[in-house]
Amino acid sequence: MSGGIRIRGLTLGYDRHPAIHHLDGTIAPGDLLALVGPNGAGKSTLLKGLVGEVRVLGGRIERGTSDGAIAYLPQAAEIDRDFPLSVLDLVAMGLWRRLGAWSSLYRGRATCEAALAAVGLSGFEGRPIGTLSGGQFQRALFARLIVQDASVILLDEPFTGIDARTVGDLLALIRGWHGQGRTVIAALHDLAQVRAHFSTTLLLAREPIAWGPTAAVLTPHNLERARHLSEAWDETAAICRRDHDDHGHHDHAAHGDHHDHHHPGQHRVNREAAE
Amino acid sequence: MIDALVTGLVGPYEFGFMRRALVGCLALSLSAPPLGVFLMLRRMSLMSEAMSHAILPGAAAGFLVAGLSLPAMTLGGLVAGLAVALLAGFVTRSTMLKEDASLAAFYLIALAGGVFLVSLRGSQVDLLHILFGSVLALDDPALWLMGGVSTVTLVALALLYRPLVMECVDPLYLRTVSRAGGPVHYAFLALVVMNLVGGFQALGTLLAVGLMLLPAITARFWASDLSGLIPVSMLVSVLASAIGLTVSYNAEIRLPTGPAIVLAAGALYILSMLVGPRGGMLQRLVRRRHLEA
Repeated sequence: MSGGIRIRGLTLGYDRHPAIHHLDGTIAPGDLLALVGPNGAGKSTLLKGLVGEVRVLGGRIERGTSDGAIAYLPQAAEIDRDFPLSVLDLVAMGLWRRLGAWSSLYRGRATCEAALAAVGLSGFEGRPIGTLSGGQFQRALFARLIVQDASVILLDEPFTGIDARTVGDLLALIRGWHGQGRTVIAALHDLAQVRAHFSTTLLLAREPIAWGPTAAVLTPHNLERARHLSEAWDETAAICRRDHDDHGHHDHAAHGDHHDHHHPGQHRVNREAAE
Repeated sequence: MIDALVTGLVGPYEFGFMRRALVGCLALSLSAPPLGVFLMLRRMSLMSEAMSHAILPGAAAGFLVAGLSLPAMTLGGLVAGLAVALLAGFVTRSTMLKEDASLAAFYLIALAGGVFLVSLRGSQVDLLHILFGSVLALDDPALWLMGGVSTVTLVALALLYRPLVMECVDPLYLRTVSRAGGPVHYAFLALVVMNLVGGFQALGTLLAVGLMLLPAITARFWASDLSGLIPVSMLVSVLASAIGLTVSYNAEIRLPTGPAIVLAAGALYILSMLVGPRGGMLQRLVRRRHLEA
């Protein structure tokens, strides 16, 4: 299953202010990548950028035409939970790419029921979505992700406000997706969880701090640097003159903050010494 | 007694103009309430009210050009309503303004423009005619228009149903899997405008909203999901039309028909609010013991 993403000098932001600043790297197909960083570090922005919800201010996101669909679970879903919709219908929304607007949902019913069983919600098919608890609702959204059958799955803080047992079940689903060769990218805050379950990590603080194998990225030194990078956005910030086109050529290895792993040169973080 | 009842119920419809009025209202009753259901569920109930004002300048422009001519006023209303809906939708999607704010801005401009145009030529009576309609004077073209609007609306709703529901429940999800969200939203607004234009022949721009929203809101007290809400809203609208027409014809004093129909829908709403099984007031007053699980 293909699902690689190449990121070249990517700057994403709001109203010209970057929330992700000059990010370079490659997400290999089948990667299990955690996005870590303080609030305001740009984790959500990067995920939104990957699904086209945030404008690209500079650089590119490259995906092959045959790379398959991206499934995205936002942090605070804009879902109207008062809408009179059943759990089965919510999960069936994942069939859109297969069935479109007019094919009978009956053809996908077995898929939806299997997905609900996989997240432990068998028997909830007919329940209105408004009657689910927070954890049950998150399970239902994971069922929709299963039904979407995408090669790339983006999760934005999927475990916020979810109890330990549900988190365990959902992490098992994520491991399953990884085992099937899907690319999974999750923004997370629980470092112990990241160390235990995610092979690679991108540490962000608007600027990329480090990207590579989790153990090498989540060092006290890197985390300290992430904390120190300012969250504030400066109304009077000057126009960024940093040239991203020649980024591949000069690495500031002195930072000791980039770690090439299985594909040499693929995950590389370039930072200029001064802005 | 029974004779009197039969005379009261059937008698009015011995007259052609009453049968035309009934047919026109029935056509409208099949198409406007389902749109109202979606408007209500999207918390856009008052948006149709705004849209009804937006039709006014177009209808008035048609009136200025061609006098009290149905095709001219319909075309004008359609163009003005669609323009406001599309402009508001466009501004919402391309600036930081939310839909309600951008729509409010455009409909206020449109309403003021409409009143301005009507007062340039024409009298108070003309303005009243445009605002409150004339259900008892529906001619053939008006009936064709209402029937056509109803047919197009039902077919379009059937085709758009799935993406429309997704756009209501989870617009972000629809955006990530499809580009249909924008077109579906515009198509829905266009259907609302069409139905308001169709309704304004009979009920006027102000009351056309009544047959769209009151049945939908009433249905909320009787049904909980879309497969129930839509048919119940249609039924309420049909009932309101029949009751309004019959009562206004039989009344001792001269009752205006358009407002009578909307008032009948209002009465059904208040009744449902009191006795409706889904969250009606009486049902809330009766405390029943809670369940085991």
